[in-house]
Amino acid sequence: MKDTLDLLHRLSAHPDSRCWYVAWNAKGTLLASCGGDRAIRIWGKEGESWECKCVLSDGHQRTVRKVAWSPCGNYLASASFDATTSIWKRKDDDFECLTVLEGHENEVKCVAWSPSGNLLATCSRDKTVWVWEVDEEDEYECVSVVNSHTQDVKHVAWHPTMELLASASYDNKVCIHKEEDDDWECRATLEGHTSTVWSVTFDPTGQRLASCSDDRTVKIWKESQPEEGSSSDVSWKCVCTLSGFHGRTVYDVAWCRLTSALATACGDDGVRVFKEDATSDPEQPIFSMSAHVPKAHNQDVNCVAWNPKVAGLLASCSDDGDICLWSYKSED
Amino acid sequence: GGTSLENANPLIFQRSGERLLTATDEDDDITDPIDDREIFDPYLIRNINDPEHPLSLEELNVVEQVRVNVNEQENGVSVEFTPTIPHCSMATLIGLSIKVKLLRSLPDRFKIDVHITPGAHASEEAVNKQLADKERVAAALENAQLLEVVNQCLTSKSV
Repeated sequence: MKDTLDLLHRLSAHPDSRCWYVAWNAKGTLLASCGGDRAIRIWGKEGESWECKCVLSDGHQRTVRKVAWSPCGNYLASASFDATTSIWKRKDDDFECLTVLEGHENEVKCVAWSPSGNLLATCSRDKTVWVWEVDEEDEYECVSVVNSHTQDVKHVAWHPTMELLASASYDNKVCIHKEEDDDWECRATLEGHTSTVWSVTFDPTGQRLASCSDDRTVKIWKESQPEEGSSSDVSWKCVCTLSGFHGRTVYDVAWCRLTSALATACGDDGVRVFKEDATSDPEQPIFSMSAHVPKAHNQDVNCVAWNPKVAGLLASCSDDGDICLWSYKSED
Repeated sequence: GGTSLENANPLIFQRSGERLLTATDEDDDITDPIDDREIFDPYLIRNINDPEHPLSLEELNVVEQVRVNVNEQENGVSVEFTPTIPHCSMATLIGLSIKVKLLRSLPDRFKIDVHITPGAHASEEAVNKQLADKERVAAALENAQLLEVVNQCLTSKSV
């Protein structure tokens, strides 16, 4: 391991609670966090330090599990165990709750905006993935309820450029969804993990996907041409498995759009960064661990998020309630 | 009561003796490491109430000290519990009660794993997976009704 991961700041973000998730806005200027205290906090840089700019505490009745910024940066969506998804509109330095999306039967686990900002995906313990259409009047309409998983759906992530949606589930599978005749359906099922898949992330080109699991591995999947006679038009195959690195459940994985580095958040309190060997065969890529902070947090690390504008700036958050900001520096 | 119990006549086991204090336990200058015996302490898991019977988990042999494993250096605690019958529908609730008790009692740095004793339950794998899923556990504990049932199991009777 020749690369370095240096701690820049440690923020007590959700004291006496857990911080479940952090998300950067598209400009990389604001970081939103959410947690077991039912609050959402917005963090921004002031001088050399990161300050809490705003607390949104009255939106949800239970844990706020995930937050997501719209690509334009004017909206924030929050998914909660109270079965609702709230949409917040940014007004100068404040946020107002625009609408509350209801429909899921129980805990909403994740929310994600499509690259255009016209679609929103949510998923829940009720085993479904919902796709919502957003119009210019800020109206949200559910256009599809997808039942491709047999257990809770933990995470949804959009392809970086196309309207392609990946979902990860307690049923150990990843599904790739696409719109077909006004309806969204599962076009490929990625099987290989032996326990819950907690998160998925696309690489900067969208041709590959990384998934992380309770089975303590990370898998890299690559889009490939379907075999002759196959009914599906898309096929994804596992081209690499990172095993033996993580001591407990891997809760999150994030692919940096700027540097192509792959970061993981682990239940063993560690944050790790993996890099692809540039000379390896794309069909059989080799990833090596290039940086590792074993005790990055005092408890499980739940999430890692690369800043979209500042190369190497990584945020992580933990059950200890803290957010850490790291500087990842590669030697080459 | 008029409700039928799944296991109406469980075997009842003798409670083990109270732990004896040693000289170092009472010496405040010595930091006591957390060990198997301490997890099995009356104030921790021994005296958790069974959800069905007016008995403790120890009296039903659901928990035993030999099935408690503490790795102080690695900050790990693992507990195996044995449901009284292989189809016990209370297995998840019992496991959740043990987990909650340990989460509330131990320092945050501990990783707590609660499993069914291998071979002791028909849905062993499914119950273990649920208990290991901290997101499901967190959501369950925000459910007021379920939390009340868990708290009843954890209400201490006289030791």
